[in-house]
Amino acid sequence: MKIAVTSGKGGTGKTTIATMLAKAAENAQYLDCDAEEPNGKFFLKPEIEKTIPYTELVPKINEDRCTFCEKCADACAYKALVVMGKPLNKVMFFDELCHSCGACAYVCPVEGALVEIEQEVGLFNVGKAGNIDFVEGVLNIGEASATRLIATMKKRFMNDKKTVILDSPPGTSCSVVETIDGVDFVVLVSEPTPFGLSDLRLTVELVRDMGLPFGIVINKAEKENSLIDDYAKKENIEILYRLEFSRQIAEGYSKGILPFDKYAGDFKKVLKRIEELI
Amino acid sequence: MSKELVVISGKGGTGKTTLTASLASVIKNKVIVDADADAANMYILMKPEVKHKELFKGNPKAVINTDRCIKCDQCRQLCRFDAIYVNSDGEYVVDELKCDSCKLCQIACPVEAVDMKDVYSGQWYESETAYGIMVHAKLYPGAENSGNLVTMVKHRAHLIADEKNIEYILVDGSPGIGCPVISTISGANFVIIVTEPTVSGLHDLKRVKKLCDSFKIKSGVVVNKYDLNSQKTEEIEEFAKREGMPFLGRIPFDKCVVDAIVNLQIPYEACDSVKHAVDEILSKAMELL
Repeated sequence: MKIAVTSGKGGTGKTTIATMLAKAAENAQYLDCDAEEPNGKFFLKPEIEKTIPYTELVPKINEDRCTFCEKCADACAYKALVVMGKPLNKVMFFDELCHSCGACAYVCPVEGALVEIEQEVGLFNVGKAGNIDFVEGVLNIGEASATRLIATMKKRFMNDKKTVILDSPPGTSCSVVETIDGVDFVVLVSEPTPFGLSDLRLTVELVRDMGLPFGIVINKAEKENSLIDDYAKKENIEILYRLEFSRQIAEGYSKGILPFDKYAGDFKKVLKRIEELI
Repeated sequence: MSKELVVISGKGGTGKTTLTASLASVIKNKVIVDADADAANMYILMKPEVKHKELFKGNPKAVINTDRCIKCDQCRQLCRFDAIYVNSDGEYVVDELKCDSCKLCQIACPVEAVDMKDVYSGQWYESETAYGIMVHAKLYPGAENSGNLVTMVKHRAHLIADEKNIEYILVDGSPGIGCPVISTISGANFVIIVTEPTVSGLHDLKRVKKLCDSFKIKSGVVVNKYDLNSQKTEEIEEFAKREGMPFLGRIPFDKCVVDAIVNLQIPYEACDSVKHAVDEILSKAMELL
């Protein structure tokens, strides 16, 4: 069973809910896909056994062989290559613009003039947090997008025999799409504020577009506030759980401590319910 | 030339919009920009009246013409984004959400069966608010990352500021360290990084500070909900001192803020604790801007 935990925006408690679910599951694997700001480690406190570099292919130009025909620059949709012909005879490459699509290498007519080399853009930390298999992706600072890193992480590490919890990046853009693509269920974490509702609507639109089953967990829920409940009722979405608003949880969170034991039973029930809904 | 003040945070939910909206309520003579197109929230508090609206074109996506396609499989093999698949009818199809617009499939197709089709990835707006003109945007869910859109709305704000002789541009940025944030901070005169006194807050602050440094942009730090963990707040202050980074101030954890937002009020106007803190932050930021 693969469950992605996402939220329209950050700070709604996505990592809180994802790590609680991982702790409550019998045989869990936790994948931190929020590679721009991976935070799950602070709460699961894994022992990292291996750090594996994540590389992407980038072009390297051999100016002795290059004929400066500009085909590579014309093919590059991201304007990462600039060719300066005679008398300079130079090719400039802007790696922060490169998406590693391979078009430049494909079109280059001269053998050996443009070859692709591996460049490190991030890494994977793999380890164990008690019984939980832990993997996190970390994007290097200055790199534009974590989307492909997430795709690679899922392909290389995801263990189908486990209950996989994927902690998603915030927002609704391509890295989130990559994270939730192919999962069995999406948990949308939301908080009962107008901000939370606005973001939730966007995420609901996305998961519906993608045809994935989903439910809502309300974080920082308060009895007198029915903002999310009203919306969920109208949209016919199931509320899986309400985690109470608590200064204690917030203070604990700030120290990297979450009340896993206190809520283990609740989250076991949530997992059971998700299984029924798949 | 107007001066650009940008508010960002290592991650979302640290109180970035709370602070930006509060600054918007005090700073006179500015254009407001909501650059967090992924999860635009400023509009909720600014209550903009949209005056002008335009579609935003994203990068064109590949489309395979099934009449022409000879099923040679080249495009599928070459696509590094796994965007091309064979559907149950045996036809080659591009998954628009995965297509990265690189055009390699079009270049490689031997029978010219691939077209690049324009798609709209969002909308941007120019609005009137009680706090000044606001430029904001909405990215369609699942659309590609918003760096270009951020650049566009900021550019628009600068044009307005130049034309109307407006002194400041106040930008609510997006979370993270990726493409939209890079676009958000590029060209900024000063960046305020909002963080929380948590283990993850400090970690994220370090990453986003490094990002600002690598683009040689001046940044200062604000701790929101500082009293949730005074020890961590001190650690953050020490970190700032060590890094030669101006410490701009602390905002307390106050339920009043949540209540204000639920009631669609700007925290600065509704909560004394926020007012005092923001006044101090602003005066320090203005000295550095």
